[in-house]
Amino acid sequence: MNNPKSKQPKPSSQFIAFFKKEFRYIFRDTWTMIILLILPILMLILFGLGISTEIRNTRVAVFDPSRDVATQQIVNSLSTSEYFIIDHYLSDISEVEQTLKKGDIGIIVVFEPRFNENLNRGNATVQLIADGSDPNTASTLVNYATAIINSSPIVTGNAPTQIGTPLPRIHCEIKLLYNPTMKGTYNIVPGVLGIVLMLICTLMTSVAIAREKETGSMEVLLVSPIKPITIIMSKTTPYLILSLFNLTSLLLLSVFVLKVPIVGSLVLLIGLSLVFIFVCLSLGVLISIIAPSQIVALLVSAVIGVILTLMLSGMIFPIENLPLVLQWLAQIIPAKWFIEAARNVMIKGAGIAAIAKELTVLGGMALFLLALSVKKFNKRIE
Amino acid sequence: MKNAVIQVENLTKRFGDFTAVDNISFEVEKGEIFGFLGANGAGKTTAMRMLCGLSNPTSGGGTVAGFDISQQSEEVKKHIGYMSQKFALYEDLKVWENMRLYAGIYGVPRKKISEIIDKMLVSLDFESEKNTLVKELPLGWKQKLAFSVSIIHRPEIVFLDEPTGGVDPASRRQFWELIYKAASDGITVFVTTHYMDEAEYCNRVSIMVDGRIDALDTPTNLKRQFEAVSMDEVFTKLARGAKRGDN
Repeated sequence: MNNPKSKQPKPSSQFIAFFKKEFRYIFRDTWTMIILLILPILMLILFGLGISTEIRNTRVAVFDPSRDVATQQIVNSLSTSEYFIIDHYLSDISEVEQTLKKGDIGIIVVFEPRFNENLNRGNATVQLIADGSDPNTASTLVNYATAIINSSPIVTGNAPTQIGTPLPRIHCEIKLLYNPTMKGTYNIVPGVLGIVLMLICTLMTSVAIAREKETGSMEVLLVSPIKPITIIMSKTTPYLILSLFNLTSLLLLSVFVLKVPIVGSLVLLIGLSLVFIFVCLSLGVLISIIAPSQIVALLVSAVIGVILTLMLSGMIFPIENLPLVLQWLAQIIPAKWFIEAARNVMIKGAGIAAIAKELTVLGGMALFLLALSVKKFNKRIE
Repeated sequence: MKNAVIQVENLTKRFGDFTAVDNISFEVEKGEIFGFLGANGAGKTTAMRMLCGLSNPTSGGGTVAGFDISQQSEEVKKHIGYMSQKFALYEDLKVWENMRLYAGIYGVPRKKISEIIDKMLVSLDFESEKNTLVKELPLGWKQKLAFSVSIIHRPEIVFLDEPTGGVDPASRRQFWELIYKAASDGITVFVTTHYMDEAEYCNRVSIMVDGRIDALDTPTNLKRQFEAVSMDEVFTKLARGAKRGDN
C-alpha cells in the first residue's frame, strides 16, 4: 500500500493551510474587508464626534434682572466654556417661551433679582430652562450649565475678592471626576471598542463557521483527519489578528483625533482587550455551532453582539438607570465588564488590582463559553 | 476475500424507533469500484457516514483500511478520501489554493505539495486554470477537480457521495475515466449514485432497500439474477418492494 500507517498529519501544517485559506477568503471579499476595517473607524468617529452626548456651541439666552458682578461672572463662565455661546439677553421674563419655541436657543438662564446679595447670604438660585421635547439633550445641557455655574469663581468663592470667605454658598454641587471637561468621547471610546470587538470576533467568526456548515464543507472537513480544535483555531485566528489591527487603529484614532488620552498602562489595556477578544471569539464559536445557518448566526450575533451590547453595556444608558431586570441581564453582557474596566484603565489610570474583578469575570465567561462550545461540537459530530 | 479493505458485519444504525441501516454485511476488495445504490432514504448516506467515522453504529461494526470504524475513527479518516455532492471545493479559492488546502489538511509533506499539484494539473489538462477561482469553472470541471483533490493524499479508499449529480453525460463519462484511473492505481472506490448507467461501470453493486442490502453482485450477475436487461430494470424490480417513501 502506498499509504504507510504511521503517517500523522501535523496539526501545525493543517493549521497553516486552513488559516491561509481563511485569510484569502476574507481578503477576497471586498464587502467583508470594508466591514472589518472601515466600519470600526466610522463607528468611532460617528459615536465620538457626531452623535455624541456632548453638546458644543449651544446658544444661550439670559434673563438677568440683577445685572450685578456675580451674574456677570457666571455669564462669562458660560460663554468662555466651549459648550455655550451667549446669544442675547431677554428684556422680560415673558419672552422665555417664545424664545425656546424658535428653537435656536438651547437653554435659558434666569437669574433672580438681587442675585449677588443672595449669593453672599448663601441662598442664591439660578433657574435653567431647557426644551424638554428632546429630553436627552435638555438634561445634558442642564447638567453642563449647572456644572459650569457651580464651578464659576464667584460661586466657589475662589474669586480674588472672595479669598478666605467660608463656603459653601450653593447647596447643590455636581462633581465630575476623571472627565473634568465633560467630554462624551471619554465614555464613547471604550464603548465603541467593546462593540467593534464584539462585531468582528463574535459576528464574523460565527458567520464564518456557520458558512462551512451551510455549504457542506464542514462535513468534508469532519471526514478529514483535521481535529475540530484545529478547525476552530484556524477559523478564529484570522479574526483575532484583524481585531488586534482594529484595536490599534481605534486607540490611535482616539488618542490623536478624539484627544482621549490613555492615562493608565497601555499594556494592561491591551491585556484586558485580549481577554475580552477571547470571550467574543468563544461566543462566536458557540453561536455558530448552535445556529443551523449563516443567517441565524448573523441574527443571533447581531442581537447579542450589537443591540444588547449597545443597550445594556452602559455605553449609552447608565446601567444604574435601567429597570432592575435589565440590570441583572446587563451583568451577563461581556462588553459591560470590558467597557467598565477599559474606562477605568484609560481614563482613571486604574491598575491591575482595580480591574481584577472585571478580568476575573471575563476570564470566567471565556472558559465557560469555550467549554460549552467543545461539548456542543462533539455532540454535533455524532 | 483476502484483500478486503472494507469489511462490514451486521452494521445497524437506529434513530429512536427508526432503523436507518438494518443489519448490513459486505466486503469490498482492494482496487474495486464498488457501487452503493439505493433510493433516497434507503440508508445509503447513513451507512456511508458510519464507514467514514462520522457516526457511531448502534450495533455491529466493521473495518475500513484495517481500522475499526467505531474504535479507531481517527485512523480511518487518515486513510480515506471523501467527496460529497453538496460541497466540492471552496468557490472563492483558486484551483491551486484548494489543492494546497487539502494537501495541508491531509498532511502531504510540504516539499512534495507543489510537485503533486503540478502533476495533477497536467494530468487533468488544467494547467491554464491553475489561478482560476473555482466558482468560475463549469460544474463538470469542478467535479473532476474535486475528485482529484479528494485523492491528493493517495488514500486507500475514496468515498464518493453522488459525485456526478447534475453533471451532463459527457462530463460524467470523463469523470468515470478518472475513477477507473484511480482504481487502476490501487485506490478502492466506494461510490453512491442514482444514475443506473453508472452502476453498469462498477465492478460490483449493492442495492439498499429500506435499510437492508437486498442485492449485491456484479452488474452482469444481477441482471441475470433478476432477468433484467439493464441495471435500471434490476433497480426498479427491487425498489418496488420498498416500504419507505421516496422522500
